[in-house]
Amino acid sequence: MSVAFRVAEGGRVDRARPVRFSFDGRAYTGLAGDTLASALIANGVHLVGRSFKYHRPRGFVAAGSEEPNALVRVGAGTARATPNLRATQVEVYEGLVAESQNRSPSLAFDLGAINDLAAPFLSAGFYYKTFMWPAWGWKRIYEPLIRRAAGLGRAPEAPDPDCYAQRYVHCDVLVVGAGPAGLSAALAAAEAGARVIVCDEQAELGGTLLDETPGSAHAAWLARTLVALAQAGVRMLPRTTAFGMFAQNFVALAERVTDHLAAPDPALPRERLWQVRARQVVLAAGAIERPLIFPGNDRPGVMLAGSARTYLRRYGVRPGARALVVTSSDEGYRSAIDLAQGGVDVTAIADLRAQPAAALADAARAAGLTVLPGCEIEGTSGRLRVRGARVRRATGDSAEIACDLVLMAGGRTPSVHLFSQNAGKLSFDEATGAFVPDDAGGAIHPAGACRGVMEIDAVLRDGAEAGALAAERAHLPTKAEVLRTVVATMEAEAVPARKPHARGRAFVDFQNDVTTKDIALAVREGFVSVEHVKRYTTVGMATDQGKTSNINALGLMAEARHAAIPQVGHTTFRMPYTPVSFGTLAGAARGNLFDPVRQTPIHAWAESQGAVFEDVSLWKRARYFPEGAETMHQAVARECLGVRAGVGVFDASTLGKIEVVGPDAAVFLERMYVNPFRKLGVGRTRYGVLLREDGFILDDGVIGRIAADRFHVTTTTGGAPRVLAMMEDYLQTEFSDLRVWLTSTTEEWAVIAVQGPRAREVIAPLVEGIDVSPAAFPHMSVREGRICGVKGRLFRVSFTGELGFELNVPADDAQMVWDAVWARGRDAGMVAYGTETMHVLRAEKGFIIVGQETDGTVTPDDVGLGWAVGAAKPDFVGKRSLARAAMKDPARKQLVGLLTQAPATVLEEGAQIVADASAGRRSLGHVTSAYFSACLGHSVALAMLSGGRARMGESLLVPMPGGDVTVRVVAPVFYDPAGERVNG
Amino acid sequence: MLLIPCPYCGPRPELEFAYGGEGGIARPADPAALDDDAWGAFLYHRSNPRGMHVERWRHVHGCGRFFNARRDTVTDLFACSWKVGEAAP
Repeated sequence: MSVAFRVAEGGRVDRARPVRFSFDGRAYTGLAGDTLASALIANGVHLVGRSFKYHRPRGFVAAGSEEPNALVRVGAGTARATPNLRATQVEVYEGLVAESQNRSPSLAFDLGAINDLAAPFLSAGFYYKTFMWPAWGWKRIYEPLIRRAAGLGRAPEAPDPDCYAQRYVHCDVLVVGAGPAGLSAALAAAEAGARVIVCDEQAELGGTLLDETPGSAHAAWLARTLVALAQAGVRMLPRTTAFGMFAQNFVALAERVTDHLAAPDPALPRERLWQVRARQVVLAAGAIERPLIFPGNDRPGVMLAGSARTYLRRYGVRPGARALVVTSSDEGYRSAIDLAQGGVDVTAIADLRAQPAAALADAARAAGLTVLPGCEIEGTSGRLRVRGARVRRATGDSAEIACDLVLMAGGRTPSVHLFSQNAGKLSFDEATGAFVPDDAGGAIHPAGACRGVMEIDAVLRDGAEAGALAAERAHLPTKAEVLRTVVATMEAEAVPARKPHARGRAFVDFQNDVTTKDIALAVREGFVSVEHVKRYTTVGMATDQGKTSNINALGLMAEARHAAIPQVGHTTFRMPYTPVSFGTLAGAARGNLFDPVRQTPIHAWAESQGAVFEDVSLWKRARYFPEGAETMHQAVARECLGVRAGVGVFDASTLGKIEVVGPDAAVFLERMYVNPFRKLGVGRTRYGVLLREDGFILDDGVIGRIAADRFHVTTTTGGAPRVLAMMEDYLQTEFSDLRVWLTSTTEEWAVIAVQGPRAREVIAPLVEGIDVSPAAFPHMSVREGRICGVKGRLFRVSFTGELGFELNVPADDAQMVWDAVWARGRDAGMVAYGTETMHVLRAEKGFIIVGQETDGTVTPDDVGLGWAVGAAKPDFVGKRSLARAAMKDPARKQLVGLLTQAPATVLEEGAQIVADASAGRRSLGHVTSAYFSACLGHSVALAMLSGGRARMGESLLVPMPGGDVTVRVVAPVFYDPAGERVNG
Repeated sequence: MLLIPCPYCGPRPELEFAYGGEGGIARPADPAALDDDAWGAFLYHRSNPRGMHVERWRHVHGCGRFFNARRDTVTDLFACSWKVGEAAP
């Protein structure tokens, strides 16, 4: 198959391996080694996208990751199709399917192009000025319209079927970029004995060396060096972008593992995130050629000169038949000569400078090229492809030059992104007309073009020196290799000329459609800060992050402000260098592996009983156990009545447990908790309240004294880690005089709560060595003994207000004990109940739940727990704060009960409480818990109410979606206020 | 990710640690002796410097111990770390 723009020989593509692919539904043929861009150019296709805002036809500008226009969606299906990939980085493979974006119905005919005609109304910041009236227009007209227009590409709809890997790795020297600087740095470092990793975003290592002709000295050096690096054990990572650089040489790399393969091994991850900690980093990121700014500089066929050279040399394709080279730098001449030698008809070199270097002009003329110094480009013509350019010569006369390729050479901008991300300082370099890294002097070594060294021999030397220095700083002996000398010519750069007074639209940022006029407008409207201009005009804010546009934009801003570029400054470089997929960042942490799931030993049993679970911190807890077609409310009502009338069993294993041991354990707990503990007898328990130092409740739980020097502390389910951390903190730092040891025993003990008037008769036959009679084992006691034959701790405690026991047994034996309890309990009509019933039962009793009644601003007295505070103790965590005046304010919110006028109405948790129906009413407090109590036959609610204890009997309102609900303030204990039922 | 020098275990990645706030703020031996302003300063006033900052870290997923460190809040580089009870270097 003949492919029109493929040259007969040369390039690194494999002419023996044709590859078929499709673009926008049309079949094409490329060669192995092609990118999608080079393969399309070989087929004469330049129109590949429509611009974001004006929907202007766009073609390839570049050949690498800086490409602003050629964004495509690659892959078929709803799960794997990936939007916004740069066609210049997509490697073709057999069967590849790609399509263009941001056009409807087709690239050649795009309805959105109407925006281009409306361009005068779509200037920078138009959306701040336009969508103002009428007020209702925003929601109904503007927002839906803008949402449809905003964003590039379509995200895949189905879940990502691929897997992604993550690796941590250490090395002496990480080299970012495998061009001449990076490879010579890697070689020098490796020869000094360093462990070296070298990564590069391209499919092949070599960078600009890949553009050299086969057989040249540079090409030979590349081949030799790659062999040497492999022999030295250097880890070489192609297709790997260093996208983020963080403190202390922590660098994030994204490796594309399988995207270039037609039939990847399913065992391979699609992408791999490398998190590298390098002793030393050599940044050899190279430089990016700058476009020139002239009217119509965005037509398909207008591209960077160096990129055109890359297409010809690396891929063996001619980007056009007849080229006009527009340059403001000496480099344009080299590209022009190389292209002419490669068979492109270069009609002229239009130099924007009045005085090009004589030697270059002579060389170009010797190669048969026409040199036009002191030119200005007045515009380009052509609709879907450039057809010609209007060039005004130094003599003042204009001529239309026919061409299908306009090549821009505006000098090269060092890629300082990673250096700057890591807070490295930049300074303006007049020679390159761009910012370069200040001398780092530390563990980061910019080398080669990314620090403004452009001439290839100098780049090779610079890289070798950086590599040797990095190895030395990594505490390795240096043996800086003999620096290689190779022949090449590349003259110094010049500042790009800009002609902002030209008529027509000249684009600065191709991807976000920002023109010179937008930047001028922003400055005229008073935007001075470079960061403000960036956001107002969106220059540099597209997915390419302004790789080709930033320096040009800075130049225009400087001109408009009559300032120098260094005074304008530069915007902040942020990661990622190029877009990174969510899959790579998430790695394995998705689905069931996103967060650990904690299950109690009783989980399988609860599942078998049809329990409905809820998440409580990381735990799965049984919420209720529906029978038949019961709703939650029906199930909870049955469970509540079952507990109060007979007996219920509840899995409380998720309670946090901390074993506090040591001769000073009681003293320690006295200092930590508000309660006194020294006089707590062995075998007794106490309800403990834990404050933060600011006096607010952090946690609560029952604490049992197992021995003189041993306490069994329980915490809330969610609070266990922070309570243990806080105890450790005080023990290690403030109370380090105390001999106390802490152990988390949350998962060691399973906890089976048996609650209800018939609880004792259920458990009595199951325990050995413990007298459970009321006299021997009163409420708030703990005993060690055997339960169903295994060692356990039996607590007599109640969170329901009923006679209650909590069986602490080793987790491994928990199901056996549970089965025994269940078997005996069924004879007594036992119900299994879940967290929802637990909540209702405790609310009926006015027991608080930390985090529900409390919110980090609540003192013990606020929730009626003032009795627990050991006021006689000289000190405990938070005591001093409780003495502050604001903590005793009678208007503080206090825990109360609320009864609704209509017994069936259940308030909404979080609802506000107000005094009356007036318009300016203020909130007096809020509802913290609200349930329908089946035992009482009416709803109950707990609330935090300003001055609540002095408001008993008051009638207040709770605004709800259906209207105000009248409530009466009552004491927060609804059931068994005398507290007699715990006695059984 | 920061590289944090645990004085017990050596340099380890940040994800093994929990931050413990500004260091060198001792809990008053007798809080009751402080007036409200002094107690409030202990509770809430922190230096928040631009530059060297003494702070507490806990090697929570390692040895579990608290220690002190000096970090430059501009560069994020740690100058040193030391054990609880030791004098700052």
